[in-house]
Amino acid sequence: MALLNIFKSDASKRIVLTRGHVVSESSRCVQCGICSYNCPIGINVRAHVWRNEPVNHSECLTCGECVARCPRGVLSFSEIDIFARREE
Amino acid sequence: MRYVIIGAGVAGISAVEAIRSVDNTGEIVMISDDPNGYYSRPGLAYYLTGEIHDTALFPRNKADFQKLNFNFLRGRVTHILRKDHALIIDGKSRLAYDKLLIAVGARALPLEIPGSNVEGIVKLDHLVDAKNIVKMAKWGRSAVVVGGGITALELTEGLRARGMKVHYLLRGDRYWSNVLDKYESEVVEKRLEEEGVILHHHSELKEIFSKRGHVSEVELQDGKKIKCDMLAFAVGIRPCLELIQDTGLATDRGILVNEHLQTTDPDIFSAGDVAQAFDPLTGKSILDSLWDPAREQGRVAGLNMAGRRTAYLKSAAFNVTRLAGLTTTIIGVVGRGRDEDMIGIARGDSETWRELPEAIVAQSGFDINHMRLLIGDSHLVGAILMGDQTLSWPLQKMIASKADISPIRERLMEPNAKIADLIAQFWMSWRKQTAL
Repeated sequence: MALLNIFKSDASKRIVLTRGHVVSESSRCVQCGICSYNCPIGINVRAHVWRNEPVNHSECLTCGECVARCPRGVLSFSEIDIFARREE
Repeated sequence: MRYVIIGAGVAGISAVEAIRSVDNTGEIVMISDDPNGYYSRPGLAYYLTGEIHDTALFPRNKADFQKLNFNFLRGRVTHILRKDHALIIDGKSRLAYDKLLIAVGARALPLEIPGSNVEGIVKLDHLVDAKNIVKMAKWGRSAVVVGGGITALELTEGLRARGMKVHYLLRGDRYWSNVLDKYESEVVEKRLEEEGVILHHHSELKEIFSKRGHVSEVELQDGKKIKCDMLAFAVGIRPCLELIQDTGLATDRGILVNEHLQTTDPDIFSAGDVAQAFDPLTGKSILDSLWDPAREQGRVAGLNMAGRRTAYLKSAAFNVTRLAGLTTTIIGVVGRGRDEDMIGIARGDSETWRELPEAIVAQSGFDINHMRLLIGDSHLVGAILMGDQTLSWPLQKMIASKADISPIRERLMEPNAKIADLIAQFWMSWRKQTAL
């Protein structure tokens, strides 16, 4: 049973990583820049957070470096509807 | 129309953005004597630990500033001539303003101990201070840290990460006793000790000794002596009020402003650490030393300066920080009284956290995932989360909007209640009802 759960959580993690975006909670952020500094492809994550926008950057690998390294828990993965804005 | 902003911190930048969002043509001038301009002050902690390079602390580049279309003047404002609507810069040049924002921040209170006028005694206000500390830590072997709150811990952890032997002096029997409870202080202290920090409880500085003009040893009140190459202090901060002393603007501990961030002069506004903002909900004027309120105050001040009447609504005091490696969120009212390690309010601190009404404490979790709730008659008044932050946002919303928790209040207070589960379930239904 426990083993099943491990596989389950691994699968859901993968789903989140592939479908998810890095989203932010701007009010926790102090613009320290650890996120941008550690982004392997140089996305300015910090600027997205300042505008309280998800990191819906076409080059984002959802590798999770910024999420893991943020010292203030500003960033997380979440599924968002990237088309929502266009439909409005 | 000329807007002048004194100070290059987050309140100032936020004001520039707000003004530009409604006024494309007005002239904006920002003046600051900080040689580094706008950077992330809270980020200095992570520069000290070596997690980021100092160049990464600057959120904006030249192109970003050009888009905002404002002039930056390096200099120190020495006088405000209210009658003339003008400033004197560096004692000589004159600059006229139509609307003025004072956002000059706060600075560390001095260490008033015999012998403190020597080299090797450091504080953490500016990037200049942090760079100085990093330079000194290269050859220094041993450091003593005094003070409390977040900044003292940032110094302690930064110096330790730079390879120094660190002695942290605490006046009382535990760390940050007026915000953290006994268990939370213990968690932080234990983790510091695991990092190799040497804690000295019930310890107070008596005298500082030096050799060739550089600190060499400190003596404590109990006669104990500790050799050191550096003494770092964080005993509180004080709003920088020197500039407005002879202006006749109303002050208390900071510059008094109404809910529109306007001082007693209708053309002068103030925001950030230097401002003591009126809170219409409590009728009190409150000092905050937090990034997010400073940003919001700057925004509201900017809009009002540009003629868009907007009120500043103080949200529940809220700060996120890292204590000995643990992400910690402090929301609302969680403690009471004074911290004996501090003279004034701490940086990253809010006075709200100590105005504890009748509240009952419920607690759950273990070591790195810890949550403490302060429960009022019908709503939550405060919370501390250490480690896992999943419930941080829900708790912040529920505390700020005084959500009626009567349906789960009894269960929250049962011994060994699963408070995280109860809060999570309650949040789901409350969120639906309030359509958040």
